[in-house]
Amino acid sequence: MTRLMVVSAGLSQPSSTRLLGERLADATRSSIEAGGGTVAVEVVDLRDLAHDVVNNVLTGFPAPALARVLEQIAAAQALIAVTPIFNASYSGLFKSFFDVLTPDSLRGKPVLIGATGGSQRHSLALEHAVRPLFSYLRAVVVPTSVYAASSDWGTADGSSALAERIDRAGAELADLVTRMAPTAATGPVDPFANPPSFLDLLGR
Amino acid sequence: MQFGIFTVGDVTADPTTGRTPTEHERIMAMVAIAQKAEEVGLDVFATGEHHNPPFVPSSPTTMLGFIAARTSTLLLSTATTLITTNDPVKIAEDYAMLQHLAEGRVDLMMGRGNTGPVYPWFGQDIRQGINLAVENYALLRRLWREEVVDWEGQFRTPLQGFTSTPRPLDDVPPFVWHGSIRSPEIAEQAAYYGDGFFANHIFWPKEHFMRLIEFYRERFAHYGHGTAEQAIVGLGGQVFIRKNSQDAVREFRPYFDNAPVYGHGPSLEDFTDQTPLSVGSPQEIIDKTLTFRQHFGDYQRQLFLMDHAGLPLKTVLEQLDLLGEEVVPVLRRELEAMRPASVPAAPTHASLLAAKIAAERSAGSADAETLVP
Repeated sequence: MTRLMVVSAGLSQPSSTRLLGERLADATRSSIEAGGGTVAVEVVDLRDLAHDVVNNVLTGFPAPALARVLEQIAAAQALIAVTPIFNASYSGLFKSFFDVLTPDSLRGKPVLIGATGGSQRHSLALEHAVRPLFSYLRAVVVPTSVYAASSDWGTADGSSALAERIDRAGAELADLVTRMAPTAATGPVDPFANPPSFLDLLGR
Repeated sequence: MQFGIFTVGDVTADPTTGRTPTEHERIMAMVAIAQKAEEVGLDVFATGEHHNPPFVPSSPTTMLGFIAARTSTLLLSTATTLITTNDPVKIAEDYAMLQHLAEGRVDLMMGRGNTGPVYPWFGQDIRQGINLAVENYALLRRLWREEVVDWEGQFRTPLQGFTSTPRPLDDVPPFVWHGSIRSPEIAEQAAYYGDGFFANHIFWPKEHFMRLIEFYRERFAHYGHGTAEQAIVGLGGQVFIRKNSQDAVREFRPYFDNAPVYGHGPSLEDFTDQTPLSVGSPQEIIDKTLTFRQHFGDYQRQLFLMDHAGLPLKTVLEQLDLLGEEVVPVLRRELEAMRPASVPAAPTHASLLAAKIAAERSAGSADAETLVP
């Protein structure tokens, strides 16, 4: 059973960002199931946690609802992270959420990134803003990122380019998760697991 | 069980009036608060040490010496003494002098400070924080315990034939606590020496500190100082008390909402649920404080933060009356009743001196026995 988390920073309801996240999750699920695996998908709307995220920035600890989500992310085998593009980058809520994530939660974890925007002109924000964020967090980001502008959701000529990108990205994530040994994604480090010997600290 | 107060020494505007006290007013308020603590029957007053505005207590032994002269039973301590950026030689001298002037009513809590820039102000590097704490404290211990010290280390000029004066009162060094909110290394340090460990857990949920204190207790036992239950633990606390719960909440809310650490964040109600903060009637404060023992085991010292966030002196003094008259006597009685006889009280100068004399007697009688043919 692969535990797959979807984190959506979409703000409106219904949200096209969340829709993109769900489509990416469906594509990943189909691909894993085609290979004989099973998937449990959990979708989180950051909108519901917005106050908790800001409070965590201010106080340094997560309120219970946010703490549960942070634990779920640490425990998941794969993450799909989707954000609206605001002012040529990820939204502030999206960034703040990943700022309060438990350190090392995403280390070695397969991640698929996606974004929505009003104009196709911002599609590279995924490459110059979102991908470096997850590289810094030492996640393994699949090659295909998926950007959906308003026009991608449906055009008069019935183009299926978005659906094809979604399927390709989902297949890449499924492939990565399936090939990865269960222990490869190491997750947060317990500082008490291997405490330093005091004699070593003393240099004796 | 010791009960007391600890102060950060912040100069903060009163959000209900907009008025900011002067540094002089704040310093003299800290003295008045310490004197009040003794008057209402508390055991400990501990001051922070900071070297940047908006904090005033940069010179703890000056303040504690002044308070020592105006009190007679209050134990004077720190929360915390910067073991990283202070010269351990100066700490040894200053606190031994204070110990003499206060007739032994002194202990210290070591800490690493709360702001990065303080390190370069004193010629140090924050990346060496843990190493500084380890090396400086190891030297401090020797300066208090060995008459003549030859020493060489990484961070300070070597010492050749150095004697720190005055020697500790009765040749009994002050008891030391180590304060930390996240570092296993510091819990390990406290455990290694059999020193006390203080967790100022007031701003975070208890779960984080339960792990830290459990670790300290395990390591205390590992190093042979006693059982895990006998380790010397101190905890922070933060309360606002009025006879009626609603009055306490109404009066404290503007201070909470604008407080430097957590203000403009979670609601008072959420923060009270999630952290050790308690705002309410004496009984509510008692009930919540008693839960600390359930989470952390029997412990030796409880310090409350009472005078921050711009609370006026008059209010703080009223708070201390309520704490000393209606809260602490009950806590003292209940916690003492639950404490097993095998769990020691926090060491004091008197108990350490008695232990030293007993140890010398038994060593002396052992010597005497060997002389008997």
